[in-house]
Amino acid sequence: MPIRTPETSTPGHARLMGVGGYRPSRVVPNSEIVEAIDSSDEWIRTRSGITERRWATPEETVQMMSVAAGRKAIEAAGLDPQQIDCVIVATVSHMLQTPSLAALVADELGTDHPAAFDISAACAGFCHGISMASDFVRGGSAKHVLVIGVERLSDLTNLRDRGTAFIFADGAGAAVVGPSDVPGIGPVVWGSAGEQADLIKQDVDWLTWGTAAERVEQPYLTMDGNPVFRWAAFSMAKVGQEALDRAGVGVDELDCFVPHQANLRIVDALARSMKLPESVTIARDITTMGNTSAASIPLALERLIENGEAKTGDTALLIAFGAGLVYAAQVVIVP
Amino acid sequence: MATTEEIRTQLADIVNEVAGVDTSDVQLDKSFVDDLDVDSLSMVEVVVAAEEAFGVTIPDSEVKNLKTVGDAVSFIENAQAA
Repeated sequence: MPIRTPETSTPGHARLMGVGGYRPSRVVPNSEIVEAIDSSDEWIRTRSGITERRWATPEETVQMMSVAAGRKAIEAAGLDPQQIDCVIVATVSHMLQTPSLAALVADELGTDHPAAFDISAACAGFCHGISMASDFVRGGSAKHVLVIGVERLSDLTNLRDRGTAFIFADGAGAAVVGPSDVPGIGPVVWGSAGEQADLIKQDVDWLTWGTAAERVEQPYLTMDGNPVFRWAAFSMAKVGQEALDRAGVGVDELDCFVPHQANLRIVDALARSMKLPESVTIARDITTMGNTSAASIPLALERLIENGEAKTGDTALLIAFGAGLVYAAQVVIVP
Repeated sequence: MATTEEIRTQLADIVNEVAGVDTSDVQLDKSFVDDLDVDSLSMVEVVVAAEEAFGVTIPDSEVKNLKTVGDAVSFIENAQAA
């Protein structure tokens, strides 16, 4: 016997309604990092563009930062928490297998028992969440979806590792996706390259670490920088172009470019590879925030909006890529 | 088939575009890192541009062996001949 399909809003488009972020209180300049990696402020700036980053204090947990960013995004959307009927949290640094961070965050936000779950797509998590949220709204599974990207990568960073110590950082960013009369989120271009899983990874799994006779300090994130740079700066340019093509937006019509803030050199190489015209505003939040993984795109977008560099109705290309390897890109209309 | 000098000249243009190095400085005996100040990330950009320009594949595992301009030119010559 036939069953009913979800009731969908008419005409069934989705858009970003509001964006919010949380930047941890502790500012960590390069000078605090250089000694342990026998480096210099200048070396870090030329290799990454980073001058300082934020590391969370013990009180700034992933839950606390998620709630703060989520609350801001809900307010920016002009909604009440009770109107949120789905919460998606993208993170790799929630240190509990279960329960999910999303369920805890949904409760603390004062929502009315929405669907709530975490996703694991590393630095690409936010764009994965936006794609899912858009489809949930268009398909009728949810009306207002809160998507949060949050990390405390400082908990997983080896401060003596010259390849990562100066890059990884902490923070949270969020967006609310809701119904729209016109398309506000373009088709997603996403995928994975699991054959390159070794390029960015946690070096030891928790079980092996916890049961080892001679325990190493703790598991850390490792990254093979040059191949990652090659993949991110060149392969991802093709993905970005495809996202523009699928949204029907020419490179000359693009207002803002908000790539994952992995490294300023990647941001600039991507912009060059994609031949973005001078008129495009390019997010460079990396310089003062470091690489905050799943939080970097909403944080960077929030800063562009706050600075007036991104205006309501602007077209913005989001492109995220990271461990897996995995990636996701889409064009959105700035709320 | 491009001559050694033709490859060097074209490579010099690439190094100039990526890292702003004067093309006349890009000579066979020059070290990318020590003489031309081309860091590892710029080297990746040079390699990707060279792959496109010369129609060759330069795997990541090979890149660290390309210490001088001459190393890169030889690699490209051999790859084109293969």
